[in-house]
Amino acid sequence: MSLLEVRNLSVEFETTSGRFRAVDGFDLTLNPGDITAIVGESGSGKSVAFLAMMGLLPWTATITSDVMKFDGNDLNQITPKQRRKIVGKDMSMIFQEPMTSLNPCYTVGFQIKEALRIHLGMDRKARHARAIELFEQVGIPAPETRLGSFPHQMSGGMNQRVMIAMAIACKPKMLIADEPTTALDVTIQAQILELLTSLQEETGMALVLITHDMGVVAETAQQVSVQYAGQKCEQQEVTALFTRPHHPYTAALLAALPERATTKHLPTIPGVVPGQFDRPNGCMFSPRCSMATDLCHSTPPPVGGPEIGFARCHTPINLNAEEEA
Amino acid sequence: MSEPVLVAENLTQEYVLKGGMFGKDRIVRALTGASFSLEPGKTLAVVGESGCGKSTLARCITMIEEPAAGSFVLDGKKATAANHDELRTTVQIVFQDPYGSLNPRQRCGQILEEPLIINHPEMPSAERTRRAREMLELVGLRPEHYDRYPHMFSGGQRQRIAVGRALMLEPKVLVLDEPVSALDLSIQSQILNLLVDLQERLGLAYLFISHDLSVVKHIADDVIVMYLGRPVEVATKEALFEHQRHPYTKALLSATPMADPTLRKQRIKLTGELPSPVNIPPGCPFSPRCWKATDKCRTERPELDQGPHRAACHFPE
Repeated sequence: MSLLEVRNLSVEFETTSGRFRAVDGFDLTLNPGDITAIVGESGSGKSVAFLAMMGLLPWTATITSDVMKFDGNDLNQITPKQRRKIVGKDMSMIFQEPMTSLNPCYTVGFQIKEALRIHLGMDRKARHARAIELFEQVGIPAPETRLGSFPHQMSGGMNQRVMIAMAIACKPKMLIADEPTTALDVTIQAQILELLTSLQEETGMALVLITHDMGVVAETAQQVSVQYAGQKCEQQEVTALFTRPHHPYTAALLAALPERATTKHLPTIPGVVPGQFDRPNGCMFSPRCSMATDLCHSTPPPVGGPEIGFARCHTPINLNAEEEA
Repeated sequence: MSEPVLVAENLTQEYVLKGGMFGKDRIVRALTGASFSLEPGKTLAVVGESGCGKSTLARCITMIEEPAAGSFVLDGKKATAANHDELRTTVQIVFQDPYGSLNPRQRCGQILEEPLIINHPEMPSAERTRRAREMLELVGLRPEHYDRYPHMFSGGQRQRIAVGRALMLEPKVLVLDEPVSALDLSIQSQILNLLVDLQERLGLAYLFISHDLSVVKHIADDVIVMYLGRPVEVATKEALFEHQRHPYTKALLSATPMADPTLRKQRIKLTGELPSPVNIPPGCPFSPRCWKATDKCRTERPELDQGPHRAACHFPE
């Protein structure tokens, strides 16, 4: 049985200017030990989908889904009390900005021990020992003294390690890392990514990496799902995605990478991501797509089969690559 | 070779940390001995991690701050405190964080027009509006955005406004402080193209500050790698990416993720973190994290050597 199963998850926000659909028909299946990357631009609904699963969205959000199951629990039916037992324990998240996600009023030691106290009910001594062990695990030097530090006394990289230590404190079955390295320097980023993958190998948890950095995806993930304007437009195994993208958006995104540039001018995707008021009728990507036909502008495309990477497209590309290979 | 538009000599900046009633004052050496020259139509990239003095360099060049020592010549004129006002129209800056750099109480149009109001007060308002609207189009925004406030824009669009604002005075040198690190990939390439176009059209010189080596590799002509306030390697882009002489540059390049899953490369693992610029280690500042540091590195500070590809290391490769 898969660890996480989500079918047709949609999240709508009630705003003063009408409803806004941030996530539209999100599907995901995760097995223990998977490393999946969710790639997309800002506003593509990648964080919101996972916040919805964790029940962390404000009341203005309407969450609907056909199936949303985690580790045998139906997240649609679950009571808030039961959910609190899962969130932060079996399913935990590393948030994007370590500096703002930690509470500045408490020491990091207090914050990490809070999770241990509430979820695992450890006594004071055990909590202290476990906190030190966790700090050692994530590579924080002098853990004893660091437990008494406040977030502002430590660097961004150290705070991010604290966030990771907190997230893995209860040995989660699924760890969601929401842009875990965006705020960090490259040498620290390399250390953090290495830490995450080694922790994943040790504990066999499922790791979800939400990011917009194609380099990070290429080096870390096994499966990649590309999100655009709230929809998943493609999902493939990482090597296949980078060599044979099937959705024109993925192809355009890869072509826009500076390191793949052959001329001084980069290939660009014209236009911007559709907002609340200019959502197209047909395919979400059709206004910016170079291959769009009349059909694309009028009818939303169906989700394709696994042979074309579940591409949500009327005119998927690189179709006969398998035959060539 | 054309005449350089910006020549910096030994720029140094220090900040004093007040020690309070009982402590001693401490000095943060944010920038030490930065020398370079920049020609029109060229891009000089400054690369390094946070705290390496990149942004301090930008603040000195744009005359937001007076350097503690050293000098620079802009467009043939030596910058002194007296002529800063006059020279400021030659250098404009695009800041890192488009959420902090735009006034939330000003409409987009006002933001774009403000540099003209200050520097060309004689310009009729109709002309100002026309130029601001032209600029909107140039940076990829729509005409209706003219009357909107910054909070109504996405981060990418805000950065476009910031780029537009910097270009309103048609400066000769544009300092770009991490201009694309906050942008999405598809928007990033649009902005990079825009910068390339503008450089060709107006002959702008860019001082491009970034930590993203793939962007630097794309846009730069020359590269300075900085570590703890000091340049550690200076070379042309081709030479630098071909062969790195300083171990820090090597580590930085190996840590940068490449968007190619088939590539399995040897990653140099740096241990430890950037030391605080308050107490820079004696000797080579990189020695505590360097895998080939010797006693000489820990006691004696290496200077930049001479030649076209310069490195500050006792054992350059």
